[in-house]
Amino acid sequence: MKNDTGSVMIVKVDDLLNWARLSSLWPMSFGIACCAIEMMGSMASTYDLDRFGVFPRPSPRQSDVIIIAGTVTFKMAERIKRLYEQMPEPKYVISMGSCSNCGGPYWQHGYHVVKGVDRIIPVDIYVQGCPPRPEALIGAILELQKKIEQESLLNS
Amino acid sequence: MNETSQLSEFGKIFIYLIMGVLFVLFTFFLGKLVALKKPNSEKLTSYECGEEPAGNSWIQFNSRFYVIALVFLLFDVELAFIFPWATVFSQQQLINADPYWGWLSLIEMFIFVGILLIGLVYVWKKGDLNWIRPELSLPVSPSKIPLSAYQALNDDTYKTKSFSIDSEISIPEKVLTEPAVSSGRSGFIPKFKRPAL
Repeated sequence: MKNDTGSVMIVKVDDLLNWARLSSLWPMSFGIACCAIEMMGSMASTYDLDRFGVFPRPSPRQSDVIIIAGTVTFKMAERIKRLYEQMPEPKYVISMGSCSNCGGPYWQHGYHVVKGVDRIIPVDIYVQGCPPRPEALIGAILELQKKIEQESLLNS
Repeated sequence: MNETSQLSEFGKIFIYLIMGVLFVLFTFFLGKLVALKKPNSEKLTSYECGEEPAGNSWIQFNSRFYVIALVFLLFDVELAFIFPWATVFSQQQLINADPYWGWLSLIEMFIFVGILLIGLVYVWKKGDLNWIRPELSLPVSPSKIPLSAYQALNDDTYKTKSFSIDSEISIPEKVLTEPAVSSGRSGFIPKFKRPAL
């Protein structure tokens, strides 16, 4: 869109779509290891991720974001890949905790651990910690919202 | 201003229904317009918690579950009736009003439960509560050794060493003393084989 009015239109539609998307980030209820306990904690009443429109869904068909909360073993990697593929676009990935970021404590001798979930699926946000506090996960959600704000229909 | 509306009450509901359908269709259309579509074979398979879908989804289900569920529902509903009965049964006001109130309601409830109990007995007698049990079959092998031989082995008394925990802990003295270090050159001396000419 070259002319001014058209680009304004696109920007406005973008804003509306992005606002709709970032205000209801539904994660898949999917926890692999101890980070999942922190994830549950942040979704429960104390931290209440529902404030940000984050509400766990039981199926990848309904979810926008998958939070990889825990150690990604080779056995699980296949499943994670399949679950990620089964999510509808647009889909986002939050890698939560050291294990899924880079292998964590299993980085050297973990014969069974994938050294970072980004080797199998594209990751948007990494959360550091072992396990990260719920505040860190909330920070990741906010970062993801910032990222979604920058999206545009034109380059998707 | 006393005009009669051209729209009947049913007409309003009809408009309501049409608007509801249109609203949902509009949302679907908007979703179709905006949503990205990148289907692949992995995405189009059925979701089985990340597992590879295996087998047919049309599996046979034992119809006995239906009978059990029906009987359960019967007694569940019975309980739902007993609760309001129990609150009324013990009201002092009603008992004061009529001295036979308590007896009447008690007998009524006994009749009610009795009818249901007759139903339960009927179902029981019919054998609908019986479950299919697996048949136990002992494995048989063509062995020439009779079972009594094994029995004799099991019944036999064997001589065993007397055992106590103290005797287990005591460690022989010579293990505790460190081996004397031999003086002079010792240990590994590499040897080289001269390659055969």
